[in-house]
Amino acid sequence: MNPVKKLMLALASALCLAAGPATAAEGGVAWDKFPTERLTDVAALQHGAKLFVNYCLNCHSAEYMRYNRLRDIDLTDEQIASNLLFTDGKVGDLMKVNLDARQAKAWFGAQPPDLTVIARSRSAAGQGSGADYLYTYLRTFYRDSTRATGWNNLVFPNVGMPHVLWQLQGEQRAVHAEVADPHDPEKKVEVFTGFEQITPGTMSPAEYNEAVADLVAFLQWMAEPVQNQRVRLGVWVLLFLAGFTVIAWRLNAAFWKDVK
Amino acid sequence: MAEFKVAPADAALGTKLMTWVDNRFPATKLYKEHLSEYYAPKNFNFWYFFGSLAMVVLVIQIVTGIFLVMHYKPDAALAFASVEYIMRDVPWGWLVRYMHSTGASAFFIVVYLHMFRGMLYGSYRKPRELIWIFGCAIFLCLMGEAFFGYLLPWGQMSYWGAQVIVNLFAAVPFVGPDLALLIRGDYVVSDATLNRFFSFHVIALPLVLLGLVAAHIIALHEVGSNNPDGVEIKAKKDAAGRPLDGIPFHPYYTVHDILGVAVFLFLFSAVIFFAPEMGGYFLEYNNFIPADPLKTPAHIAPVWYFTPYYSMLRATTDDLVNVFVGLTALAAVGALLKVRAGALVKGGIVVAGLVAIVLLKTFDAKFWGVVVMGGAVVIMFFLPWLDHSPAKSIRYRPSWHKIMYGIFAVVMVVLGYLGTQPPSPIFTLVSQVGTVFYFGFFLLMPWWSQIGEFKPVPDRVTFQPH
Repeated sequence: MNPVKKLMLALASALCLAAGPATAAEGGVAWDKFPTERLTDVAALQHGAKLFVNYCLNCHSAEYMRYNRLRDIDLTDEQIASNLLFTDGKVGDLMKVNLDARQAKAWFGAQPPDLTVIARSRSAAGQGSGADYLYTYLRTFYRDSTRATGWNNLVFPNVGMPHVLWQLQGEQRAVHAEVADPHDPEKKVEVFTGFEQITPGTMSPAEYNEAVADLVAFLQWMAEPVQNQRVRLGVWVLLFLAGFTVIAWRLNAAFWKDVK
Repeated sequence: MAEFKVAPADAALGTKLMTWVDNRFPATKLYKEHLSEYYAPKNFNFWYFFGSLAMVVLVIQIVTGIFLVMHYKPDAALAFASVEYIMRDVPWGWLVRYMHSTGASAFFIVVYLHMFRGMLYGSYRKPRELIWIFGCAIFLCLMGEAFFGYLLPWGQMSYWGAQVIVNLFAAVPFVGPDLALLIRGDYVVSDATLNRFFSFHVIALPLVLLGLVAAHIIALHEVGSNNPDGVEIKAKKDAAGRPLDGIPFHPYYTVHDILGVAVFLFLFSAVIFFAPEMGGYFLEYNNFIPADPLKTPAHIAPVWYFTPYYSMLRATTDDLVNVFVGLTALAAVGALLKVRAGALVKGGIVVAGLVAIVLLKTFDAKFWGVVVMGGAVVIMFFLPWLDHSPAKSIRYRPSWHKIMYGIFAVVMVVLGYLGTQPPSPIFTLVSQVGTVFYFGFFLLMPWWSQIGEFKPVPDRVTFQPH
């Protein structure tokens, strides 16, 4: 491929990538609800961490996150070092990857984004949380022969990323039906009606949903590792302030009874 | 210059110490003038909490800001990462950062309510014009603080928000592009921009802000507070020269304000601990994506506290400029008919009207949008001279004035909401109506504020002991 063509292709893919979230934000497919109770389930978070370092942390970095922060989900430094740290780095290191940005751009059309705070960035008012988006995104890859990777996605149309978890989920294709265009009865439009499994994965659909839920729980937790602690602390802070307000109210009343 | 005092030989150690200090610094005098013998009207209501709350938020912002600067890196390559470092690796950094980000929004909530209080009770009326002007300058300064500070996390919204706002200056005729370049320090928002915005945010504007706050309070304590009845408490004094309806600020209003602070902190903490993003209104979701000069977000919206003004900017299309042209012509014709003066003055009115219309049609609507946005803030400075109502307080003004102030508040909220939404023809029309109402409210105030049946203003404040 000559350099000009390559550039055009890269630009086109970048445009598609940029357009993706925008299209998703303007209606399109409704997001599935992420099972939020996973967020406080340590086993789910640990399983999510395992999936994350095995499947995501090769192309995607999480470069604001340190491995040893995983202590917060009850892993010891030894467990982190021997199970989750595949480089010769230390547990205090940031979760960086060695993917060359330029090569990544040539392969995927765009540099894979850092995933540390991806869950926070994908929230959309009226549509759902970033976790809802990711939970839907990771379950709606389908085969599309028109795409360079052979994969497309329902909530991120023309996504640059191939379906990394395909061995777990198996391959599926999107089924569309022709219905009358609500704006013009003469015309027909294609609407998505569902997925059809082409080849089975190593997991059943139910197991796959569970696994993705765990992975998304981890991504959501990693976006703000302090979030569970923040909420727990907040309860005490509000209890204290409620008590303080009562005291301040009575103090005020005690002084103001003199004001006639 | 005060006389040198000597404490009696048998005085308590504390008395001796204060005498020593007071001979060198007016500590006791200041304490009396501003707290124990500063007489405030006893009929303050709910609206009067927001002044002291603004002070509390200012302190929160300064203290948390000091700690953030210890860890933040004003460098385009490091800024985003340093914010995440604060959120993750700095002990309690997340709390400090959330206090600061929530504090920014809290500041505007409190200040908007404080300003609306001033409008309701005529707190800007003679002799409190300078208090109001200092207050408006504080508001302007605060907007600058918020704008400069918003670039610092170096997320997508930080970057593109700054890009959009700085580009507005490029719409100024003749010097615009150079002006925008001067502000940015580069041809695009870049590291140079980040560094200067950091400097403005952490030192230049806070210095001005603190000076203005001091001036605001000194002026207030010189003339004394207004109150919900708009009655001058200094007009009725007792034998000792104390206002009959005044009570010492300390202890009465200190304990009162502590109650206000307690309730405020409860709500403030509820946001910090349970919804620090506040549904994307306090921390925008897009700002968790690092700034990317090559990728423009599909929808750029400023943070909520700027959206009423942003709506006015977007509302100023060619159509609205034509409306302005019509209104200017109408005003000139009206002036010609109303004003009884010589041919020279009438000629002047015609020329001024024509010049205004020519200017409106010559320059781009974008420029007039910027003028409208700036004018919306600047017009507040003139409020003391626009209001000709015989009664200061809304309590004694005609009922339809209350409706006007109600509509004004609703218009601001609607404009604020529309500013967060992507533009659409119907939204633009609504914000155009809102913009015309906003300016009509102020510019026609000299006329409408005198109309209607005013209620008699009492001699003394109304107060029920509680």
